[in-house]
Amino acid sequence: MLDWFFEPLQYAFMQRSLAVAVMVGIICSVVGSYLMVQRLALLGDAISHSVLPGLAIAFLLGVNIFVGAFIAGVLSTVIIGWIHTRSPIKEDAAMGIVFSAFFALGITLITTIQKDNKIDLNHFLFGNILGVTSTEVRDTAMIAALVLVTVALLYKELLFYSFDPLGAQASGLPTGLLNAGLMVLIALTVVASMKVVGVILVLSLLITPGATAYLLVPRLHQVMGLGAAIGVISSVSGMYLSYYINLPSGPAIVLVVSALFALAFLFSPRHGALVGPPRSRPWRQLQRLFRP
Amino acid sequence: MTMAPGIIIDHLTVNYREVQALRNINLSVRPGKLVGIFGPNGAGKSTLVKAMLGLMPVVTGRVTYGNEELSHQLNRVAYVPQRSQIDWTFPATVWDVVMMGRVKKTGWFNRFSATSRQVAQASLERVDMADFRDRPIGALSGGQQQRVFLALALAQEADIFCFDEPFVGVDQKTETVLFRIFRELATAGKTVMVVNHDLGESITNFDQLILLNKELIAAGPREWVLTRDHMTRAYGGQVGFFGHVA
Repeated sequence: MLDWFFEPLQYAFMQRSLAVAVMVGIICSVVGSYLMVQRLALLGDAISHSVLPGLAIAFLLGVNIFVGAFIAGVLSTVIIGWIHTRSPIKEDAAMGIVFSAFFALGITLITTIQKDNKIDLNHFLFGNILGVTSTEVRDTAMIAALVLVTVALLYKELLFYSFDPLGAQASGLPTGLLNAGLMVLIALTVVASMKVVGVILVLSLLITPGATAYLLVPRLHQVMGLGAAIGVISSVSGMYLSYYINLPSGPAIVLVVSALFALAFLFSPRHGALVGPPRSRPWRQLQRLFRP
Repeated sequence: MTMAPGIIIDHLTVNYREVQALRNINLSVRPGKLVGIFGPNGAGKSTLVKAMLGLMPVVTGRVTYGNEELSHQLNRVAYVPQRSQIDWTFPATVWDVVMMGRVKKTGWFNRFSATSRQVAQASLERVDMADFRDRPIGALSGGQQQRVFLALALAQEADIFCFDEPFVGVDQKTETVLFRIFRELATAGKTVMVVNHDLGESITNFDQLILLNKELIAAGPREWVLTRDHMTRAYGGQVGFFGHVA
């Protein structure tokens, strides 16, 4: 009866990809919840685009590409912060400048080296989850464990810092360190997710599950928990869609999670556009627009 | 009984980007009094509090409490920023926010203790918000949000309390609760500083005033600070109150 579920699992490559998809679905939602509540969604995008040159350089030097990507991701946040604090340039402009520069450098490097090497730019841009090796499964598991343990240990400090950064700093918390720690967590998460959806679509896994959960539950740890469940469901169903109807797996995952968001947006009991409080329903808003 | 130490601000100058925000401030703030920080918009009231606590860089000067820099003793400080600086759609309940006041006391990697939960509960009861503890903060009125913020500060069991514009957009009941608790804190020997801009009747609740306009105009007992000369120097010709001015 559940043959459709078990059939793909007889292949080792599907086992590996599903394992990675589940882990990435969890950590993206948990870490992405912090990005959402701090209104830093664009930063997730910036870091994910910025990992490319590090990845290429690591490949050239024969180092683990996860390490290179991670260093480039963290470096980009440092440069963004530097521009933002040492000049009148606003943070969003600084992000735009830095991530497009890193991204362009990354594409240039990879295009140059892929002529002589077995490396494919498309795999990094759009993901290549079916090609995950067992080493990558192990690396992803280590990153996932590190990220989840860190969030669990620093949960109350990160909650205070995210809600009221000045109040947290004034109470004596080292908010600079907390922020740096958060950036490292985001960079680690992006690096682990590269294989699954690629750097362009990582933002979807970071933001959408948490945003969906935020429409349904009222507390941050609930947003993270429900977000993780949504992330896992999306990753796994995206993989099955891709297996059975031959869709590209990264985009399939993103389409599933986006559909779940659309459902929550329309039908959430607390905030749904169609079922929420009457004053927020669309026809009422239309009425307001046309009222003289 | 030894007198609790006061805060001493010594030659404090602060720039906000290129512009001088505060120039050469010298004053001391004693515990046990309700201190109001007044001045026109852009006078540097909030900046003074942030600079005192080391939340923004200073050009020159030091701020000490006892024999040490105040910014090294932040575990004795509870600071409540302006309500408008907070995202009240944040996914948290009233209880989550009040428990943030126990984070520093609880320490890294530890779970909240039963004592912490009792302190948080008592803080909520003190501001008359215990019935709302499981309510999402986004579902509160402005005054209720401000009272939750006050409970967060109370839960910190601090010695120094700084409030930035706590009366903006709150109802009469909240204003009464706020002044009642500020008074209780002062009477208990705490240092209580409140940034405010409302020169109305409520100014009579303060014992001491600090009057600023980029520089210190006057500081001391209320009756002494509220003179026509001081007010003109702080506000220029734009003040039409003067009901309480000597």
